[in-house]
Amino acid sequence: MIIPYLGVLIIVGLVGFMGVMSFFASFIMRPRNPYAEKLTPWECGMEPVGEANAGHFRVHYFIIAILFIVFDVETLFLFPWATLLTDKGLSGFIFIEMIVFVAILAIGFIYAWVKGALEWV
Amino acid sequence: MEQLFFYIFAFAAVISAILVISVRNPVHSAFFLIVTFMQVAAIFILLRSPFLAAVQVFVYVGAVMVLFLFAVLVLDMGKETMKEHLHGQSIPAGVMAVILFLLMCYMVVKGRIVANPGSYGEAALVNNTEVIGRELYTRFIYPFEIVSLILLVALVGAIALVMQSKGKEQGK
Repeated sequence: MIIPYLGVLIIVGLVGFMGVMSFFASFIMRPRNPYAEKLTPWECGMEPVGEANAGHFRVHYFIIAILFIVFDVETLFLFPWATLLTDKGLSGFIFIEMIVFVAILAIGFIYAWVKGALEWV
Repeated sequence: MEQLFFYIFAFAAVISAILVISVRNPVHSAFFLIVTFMQVAAIFILLRSPFLAAVQVFVYVGAVMVLFLFAVLVLDMGKETMKEHLHGQSIPAGVMAVILFLLMCYMVVKGRIVANPGSYGEAALVNNTEVIGRELYTRFIYPFEIVSLILLVALVGAIALVMQSKGKEQGK
C-alpha cells in the first residue's frame, strides 16, 4: 500500500534536488565582482527608501491569506466527498449536504465581497 | 525498510524543527517550518493515512505558511528582533524539555502511546479517503455542518477586525 507513494517521494526528492542544484550551480559558475550599487535592491529604477523589514506592507495581505485558508479548508472537504459520489445510495444525500455546506460559506464570501475585502485599493 | 524511511523522515523533521526555533531570521524559520510539515506529511503516509498527509500539505504547507509569511511581512521587525536571545528562561526551558523527553520515552517504552488502526483492516486503509468520507458525511454530518459555521465566523470576524482598523485610518 505504501509502494505507490514511492513515486511521490522520488518526485519530491528530485524537485528538491533540482532546486538546490540550480542555485548551487549558478553560485559556482557566476562571475563575482560586487560593488555597492550592484548590491542595492532593484525597485523599478527608483532609489530604495528605508528598510524592507520594517513592516511597511499593507494589512490587506493578511486578510487575503485568512480568506485563502478558509476557502482552502472548504475545498479540502470536497476530496472525501468526491470519492463517495459514485455510491448510488448515498450520493443524493451527501450532494445536498455539501450544497448546504458551500451555501453557508458562500454567505461569508458575499460578506467579504460586499465589505470590499477583495478590493485592492 | 519502512523503519528506515521512518527514521529518515523523523530525523529530518526533528532537525528542521530545531532549526525553526534557532535561526535568527523569521523568514528562514518559516521555510524550515515548511520542511518540518513536509516530513510530517511523509510520516502520515507511513502511518497509512494518505488523506491526512494531503491535508498536511494542502492546508499547512499551502495556506498556513502563506499566512505566516504574510504575518512576517506585515510585522515590524527591525534588526533588533533578529538579535533577540532567550534571556533567563534557557535553563528552566532545557530542564522542562529533558523532563518531557524522558516522560515521552517512558510512555513509548511502556507502550502507552500506541496507534492501532482499530476495526479497520489494511483493505479499508487503502481507500482511506473514502472511509473518512463515509464516516464524515453520514455519522458526523452535524459536526461537519458546524465546521462550515465556524469557518464563516472566522471569516466574518477577520474581515470585521481589519475593515474596522481601516475605517479608523481613513477617519484620521
